Amino acid sequence: MTDRSEVSHLLRRLTFGPTAAEVDAAVAAGAGATLERVLAPIGRPATVPEAGPFRPGKEGRQEARRQATDAAWWWLTRMASEPGAAEKLTFFWHGHWATSVRKVRSAALMLGQQQTLRRYGGGGTGPLVRAMLRDPALIIWLDGQRNTRKAPNENLAREVMELFTLGVGAYTEDDVKAGARVLTGWRADRTTATATFVAARHDPAPVTLLGRSGAFDIDSYADLLVQHPAHLPFLARRLWNRYGSPATPDAATTARLSAERTTTGMLRSLVTAEAFTAANGALVKQPVEWMTGAVRQLGVDLGALPQNKRGPILGGLRALGQVPFRPPSVGGWPVGTPWLTTSSAQARLRYGQALTVLAPEAVETLAAAARGDRTEALARLLVVDAWSDRTRAVLSAATGEPRRLLALGLASPEYTVH
Amino acid sequence: MDTITRRRFLTASGVVAAGALVAGGTAYGLGDILGFRGDGPTGRILVLVTLYGGNDGLNTVIPYADPAYAANRPSMAYGHDQVLDLEDGFGLNPGLAGLHRLWGEDRLAIVRGVGYPRPDRSHFRSMDIWQTANPDRPENTGWLGRWLDTAGGDPRLAVSFEPVLPPLLAGATSAGATVPGGALTLPQGVDGTVLAGFGTPAPGESTGRARAAACFADLVKVRDLMAGTVEDDEGDADEPATATGGQAPPLDQQLALVTRCIEAGSATRVYSVSLGGFDFHADEKSAQESILASLDKPLAAFAERMAGHGVVVAVYSEFGRRVRANASEGTDHGTASSVLLLGDGIPGGLYAEPPSLTDLDDGDLRHTTDFRDVYAMLLADVLDADPGPILGGWEGRLTFS
Repeated sequence: MTDRSEVSHLLRRLTFGPTAAEVDAAVAAGAGATLERVLAPIGRPATVPEAGPFRPGKEGRQEARRQATDAAWWWLTRMASEPGAAEKLTFFWHGHWATSVRKVRSAALMLGQQQTLRRYGGGGTGPLVRAMLRDPALIIWLDGQRNTRKAPNENLAREVMELFTLGVGAYTEDDVKAGARVLTGWRADRTTATATFVAARHDPAPVTLLGRSGAFDIDSYADLLVQHPAHLPFLARRLWNRYGSPATPDAATTARLSAERTTTGMLRSLVTAEAFTAANGALVKQPVEWMTGAVRQLGVDLGALPQNKRGPILGGLRALGQVPFRPPSVGGWPVGTPWLTTSSAQARLRYGQALTVLAPEAVETLAAAARGDRTEALARLLVVDAWSDRTRAVLSAATGEPRRLLALGLASPEYTVH
Repeated sequence: MDTITRRRFLTASGVVAAGALVAGGTAYGLGDILGFRGDGPTGRILVLVTLYGGNDGLNTVIPYADPAYAANRPSMAYGHDQVLDLEDGFGLNPGLAGLHRLWGEDRLAIVRGVGYPRPDRSHFRSMDIWQTANPDRPENTGWLGRWLDTAGGDPRLAVSFEPVLPPLLAGATSAGATVPGGALTLPQGVDGTVLAGFGTPAPGESTGRARAAACFADLVKVRDLMAGTVEDDEGDADEPATATGGQAPPLDQQLALVTRCIEAGSATRVYSVSLGGFDFHADEKSAQESILASLDKPLAAFAERMAGHGVVVAVYSEFGRRVRANASEGTDHGTASSVLLLGDGIPGGLYAEPPSLTDLDDGDLRHTTDFRDVYAMLLADVLDADPGPILGGWEGRLTFS
């Protein structure tokens, strides 16, 4: 692997799609320095938009939908303008603690959760789990606000262990029931965008939970989860599937990641693992990764795009099946080949073409190259290591039309799977 | 079940290798299924309807006359005057008017108390168990995939219109076909040469890239065949969400495609369709009624139209719900539930013992009928297969007597 393809692979996986200029800079700086720069916390504070007050009723629902679309747009803009790893890691956590605005019905709560994921996402998982267990959007999504001493509702306790922290097999049905009791008493309020603890609704009785007996509160439950021997290996596998490859990681890689104490450390350990190099070309881009990567590489300024020109981006993500704040279920979005269907191939052809209309400068860049050099100029622009002969043949037939060439590049198997 | 779990399940041990999925995958278009012909007469057809999320069986086939029912669910129980009456103190949820009509014509069979030993209350694990028909240990093949292995392995024999191959159609040596149902419109500047070019395999490429390329090859196959189904890429779904929704197209669209294939004389023997969103931990009553209605309407119409075509429909979910309602006017994950059967040769009626609402296993119903009994009947009577080898030597079988 050349230096250029090595840092390209690193940046493609850790960020939302590097530009040619970013790869140039990374080659000059070297892989090690690039890694540290990308993993460094962001200095730039996020300016979270005001989502507007929550209003009940039908009109309120429509307003909440508009606000949710605005919130998704704000986040996409942020992903496209952020060169480091933090925003992509926040998106990883969003898919992990998958919560949908379709039931939460409050953009303010979804943005609040996004900020929690961003604030704690890079550190140890202790503070993250503590914060998420009292996150109002998650509480509404998994019926935590209906979980009371009189009759506990198990939904949140179960999914916290099964999908968010431990994985199937690491806990029993009795643990689910005990966990639900520990979590009783929390109420979420859409109007004030807060979650509060109501002692009268809480069950303070001691329980046996994950092998320990006693009276737990929400924080001691969170600590029990993150200290459980299944927790870090579970998280290591989830990270590997999003950053490495869709296959189950080998035992050595899982152990290597699980030895870390922060998620940023796990990411560093992941991309420096031997198996990571071999995983180049194995991971299907999720639609949000495909879209924001293209936006960055084509130089489309989302912040400057008027409302009536956002169709290709939002419509494309809907057609491809991934809109921020709207995961299909608590299990999150799929990994790997489920994203590759005949309908998604059509959507990449169509929306790739629509994107090129927003990117006259990128088209100019290709047009400025000699016709015989344009497929290589396209590979540089889209940060593709190399075209296969099959793809090169298709692209070579389009070098006379730079805009069409660019659109075909975006739909190609090499660009879709990185 | 979410697709991550499905993929992990399907490829975990490599028995159903990613390569087999690529071969099954979406390598077939609707036209391939419409034009699929067998050697002789097709035989009977099984349409399996999977309800994702754990449908509340007690509020679907309702034991309204049992005092323990109303006592356990004070604010979400249906009274005698609210249900669509069946017999023996049971009634159907008011959302199931079409199925109730079929009941009146002796065409709806209800098998009560269907479940498996040592029930698992994880959506994902329990759905694995139902789809693999192996409650004892994780299994890499689905029960209809194993049937497909014995039936010659042609993927067109077992078809799904869902975006991802359901585990139940994955066999050891073969896999069913997932068939894209959408309309095909190519943007300007994209023609058959581009599709065929991108669709050419490249030596040594990763499984993912091979699959991405195969999608273009599939587009070549389907491009002239599609018409009539709506592509929805601008839709901003307004339906209520629960945390375990399905990813399939709407049920009426899936059943419309099944209808087209059957009426065109396709030799396909098994169709898998699904509906998600049954996970009501809170405010269940009206939401469940509404989603049951969205099951009932297309399903009853399908059954009417398919009468005489040798079609049998089976409806199941990964588990029922806890007997006692929770404090949120919803129900938590439970165990045994009813399986609904309808179609040619299925005699209407209530079958199997209803589980007791008072003799419970830690708050949950004890199953009275093993789900493999139902599968054995479907394999033997509908698919003309020997159930034993497919169901790991299981010997029970549901009978209508």
